[in-house]
Amino acid sequence: MTPDLTRSSAADLAGALSRKDVSAVEATQAHLDRIAAVDGDVHAFLHVDTEGALAAARDVDRRRAAGEELSPLAGVPIAVKDIAVTKGVPTTCGSRTLEGWIPPYDATVVARLRAAGLPILGKTNMDEFAMGSSTEHSAFGPTHNPWDLERIPGGSGGGSSAAVASFQAPLAIGTDTGGSIRQPAAVTGTVGTKPTYGGVSRYGLVALASSLDQAGPCSRSVLDAALLHAVIAGHDVMDSTSIDAPVPPVVEAARRADVRGLRVGVVKELGGEGYQPGVRTRFEESVQLLVDAGAEVVEVSCPHFDYALAAYYLIMPSEASSNLARFDAMRYGLRVGPDGVGSPSAEQVMAASRDAGFGDEVKRRIILGTYALSSGYYDAYYGQAQKVRTLIARDFAAAFEQADVLVSPTAPTTAFRIGEKLDDPMAMYLNDIATIPANLAGIPGMSLPSGLADEDGLPAGIQLLAPATKDERLYGVGAALEAALEQRWGGRLLDRAPELDGSAASATEARA
Amino acid sequence: MTATTTDAVMDLDEALERFDPVFGLEVHVELNTATKMFCGCATGFGADPNTQVCPVCLGLPGALPVVNATAVESAIRIGLALNCEIASWCRFARKNYFYPDMPKNFQTSQYDEPIDFEGYLDVEVDGDDGPETFRVAIERAHMEEDTGKSLHVGGATGRIQGADHSLVDYNRAGIPLIEIVTKPITGAGGRAPEVAKAYVSALRDLMKALGVSDVRMEQGSMRCDANLSLRPRATGSQEQADVPLGTRTETKNVNSLRSVERAIRYEIGRQAAVLAAGGSIVQETRHWHEDTGVTTSGRPKSDADDYRYFPEPDLVPVAPSAELVERLRGTLPEPPAQRRHRLQSEWGYSDLEMRDVYNAGAVELIEESVAAGATPAAARKWWMGEIARRASAELRPLADFGVTAQHVAELDGLVTSGRLNDSMARQVMEGLLAGEGTPTEIADARGLQLVEDDDALETAVDEVIAANPDIADKVRGGKVQAAGALIGQVMKAMNGQADAGKVRRLILDKLGA
Ligand SMILES: [Zn+2]
Repeated sequence: MTPDLTRSSAADLAGALSRKDVSAVEATQAHLDRIAAVDGDVHAFLHVDTEGALAAARDVDRRRAAGEELSPLAGVPIAVKDIAVTKGVPTTCGSRTLEGWIPPYDATVVARLRAAGLPILGKTNMDEFAMGSSTEHSAFGPTHNPWDLERIPGGSGGGSSAAVASFQAPLAIGTDTGGSIRQPAAVTGTVGTKPTYGGVSRYGLVALASSLDQAGPCSRSVLDAALLHAVIAGHDVMDSTSIDAPVPPVVEAARRADVRGLRVGVVKELGGEGYQPGVRTRFEESVQLLVDAGAEVVEVSCPHFDYALAAYYLIMPSEASSNLARFDAMRYGLRVGPDGVGSPSAEQVMAASRDAGFGDEVKRRIILGTYALSSGYYDAYYGQAQKVRTLIARDFAAAFEQADVLVSPTAPTTAFRIGEKLDDPMAMYLNDIATIPANLAGIPGMSLPSGLADEDGLPAGIQLLAPATKDERLYGVGAALEAALEQRWGGRLLDRAPELDGSAASATEARA
Repeated sequence: MTATTTDAVMDLDEALERFDPVFGLEVHVELNTATKMFCGCATGFGADPNTQVCPVCLGLPGALPVVNATAVESAIRIGLALNCEIASWCRFARKNYFYPDMPKNFQTSQYDEPIDFEGYLDVEVDGDDGPETFRVAIERAHMEEDTGKSLHVGGATGRIQGADHSLVDYNRAGIPLIEIVTKPITGAGGRAPEVAKAYVSALRDLMKALGVSDVRMEQGSMRCDANLSLRPRATGSQEQADVPLGTRTETKNVNSLRSVERAIRYEIGRQAAVLAAGGSIVQETRHWHEDTGVTTSGRPKSDADDYRYFPEPDLVPVAPSAELVERLRGTLPEPPAQRRHRLQSEWGYSDLEMRDVYNAGAVELIEESVAAGATPAAARKWWMGEIARRASAELRPLADFGVTAQHVAELDGLVTSGRLNDSMARQVMEGLLAGEGTPTEIADARGLQLVEDDDALETAVDEVIAANPDIADKVRGGKVQAAGALIGQVMKAMNGQADAGKVRRLILDKLGA
């Protein structure tokens, strides 16, 4: 019985729960058992909250027994990226700086999960402060890709996607600043959505780049992502950048799964040179399946995308350098004194603590951002990057005149080997080349599996993009494509992933 | 925290003969909104340290700001009252620097897009022929958040240097501030210190009239920094405006009206001495010391101070509609100077009387007393007498002594109705200051009541005249002022409980004078 529960989709599990075929405690315990069995191999979790999850599950069961009306996902367990603050549950953001910090409040996303009765299994691993595309920059060791434990699960939200891909959780929360939901989804054979900027509250998400960050769902199916999207989205008075409008009808669109008459734009600039052949082949097949399902395909050009990566690596570090200034050891977090100083000043403690608490990639980006914002350089760097951002938004606006959704491969390659790109930041940054434009323009994007690349047998992803606030289009197209692909595959892609047995229990630290 | 200085200071008159002062003032006003600028925390003064804080104003990871709409309305009303343009679209920016009392290590402020800009405030200074108006040009007024408050423990100066440790109270972090910045003020010449004081004073009145701030300089809800530079006096046919500006210093901590005047005066003398000795002024921040009346060198300040400003991405732009601005324009109070002139003419006070009343902070109390029925003269007499003396000696507001406008009106009523004479009324005031109750209660309790028995009074007058034939003759002979001695004796005989005017009339009648 137990293995079946973890293999179930969130939608099916929700159905079984509402029919009282299973209890929330059983569903939660099954996933906790799965975590205990395989997370030694994967290291998706930084913290597992066994007691909290079971308490939440018991509460759901009690309320269901009492005949209360519950949210559709009540009792379906979930994993939360360690970037979202959780009251009473450690939140580290993958950094030594926050090791041991217990937040006194819940992020809005977390509060909505609790209110909807989703037991929170634990906090998932990530690149430190979401800076990275491989989860290798976590201060607490890398997460391993369930398809090949020697490979990265993408990043920064590798923990969330790997947890879902390895059946440790049916759902997870990720955040996406330049692709941190979509690229991990692509390389782990899962689904991930970055909603429209402002669609989901950022309150309580430790900020990387405020104007780019967006939380979203990670799952194994498009419908599951839609169900979770509907729970976490919607206006929040605590986030002034959150959109004050009804949540797009994402669940309805996913259920309808209809692309007839829809215009699908293939972005010329995303997919040529630098993209792995197997990734391109699976992408082209997916586009053909959409045509077969009744969509019309057009090619669109977004010429300014060539500057997106450069603009992103000015805006993101600039905002990050300021956002991370608060980690100064004065009120919370790691505090160390400078070596050999008997009675250090506050400034010396700040400097020593930040030196000890931040990893190399974080320091690299703080330095980049501090430089880009400096007087005399501001116009040339930050100012110029903001102009590029405007041009990219215009490219999208023009493209969406010709097409209802845009498509591209999500990432240029399948999962690379752990350590392979660690010493080459530029190679690492290029992973996000296809996902970054959506963050710069604030539009929604989704990645779903397009199949396994022929050359390495690893998952590849296709990215769907829609105009701002039209998130439902992603779900309509995504669900239609998913159905066509699964028909071709004769089942779910993840059923082809190797079995895990926990025996690999590698160099990762076990955490409970 | 006593600071001494060895800086040479030139005599002010000589300094002003040789140099033309140019100054500017940056005034921070704490708004009296119920909640902070970007969160829902309370703003009351004097709460226990770190009890008015939340994730937002503590800068906890993940917390986000939300703009206080009332603070924006206050900022707009201040701008309108300062004759400013109001931005139809403006943003907040982050001012990045590390300091322990700043939770995020950036201050959310406005930078190149202030909500109010290009205005002026007319202030009154004494001229050769009575009050003159001096127009101070306002460059901008913008919104920002206050920092926490550091308390440096140990060490002699209360400053961070030499302290054993520091404590930080974040209750103040995130309190809404409006920073009001003047353009460089030229043309004040020798009246620069006076104009500076008059400007801050006028600004304080305006904030009070707008009801947007407590403007208590002693509590820090209004704080002032003063920039000053000197340039040589124009010579020959040269216009003073064509003489280039000198290097300026910025004096911090100038937190009373008197200090504003003194600090400008001191800095003129100090800079003049430096320049006259062939030295040059260092562009720096200086600290004002209230006790010793000097400024001392602080941190060198240069245009290279790099706060890495950029637009605050966590907030949406502030875009007040034209309708909102017009609605707020309709809420502006009568300008304080205009109101003062109107009240002076209504009350019939002399310029000097009005100035004393204003300086004592008695205008509102007199206005309320008159509204409650007191005559303007009586209201002035009571508020500016013993109460004002004690307020000034104890550095407390007039309203602090338990006497209300209603008390003053009631007391005046007891006098005009003939129940009390002047000396009795003074006794009642003593009772009021001692908290003995209302004027009527006090008069009753102390048995204060003019004798209305005319027979007793006439008897007393007759006896006093009979006992003082010489004086009586003088009065009969036309020396009316000699009657004073007789009046005094009658009052004494009546134990003070007689109407002195009536006694006087009776004596003069009987003596046929
Ligand atoms: Zn607060």
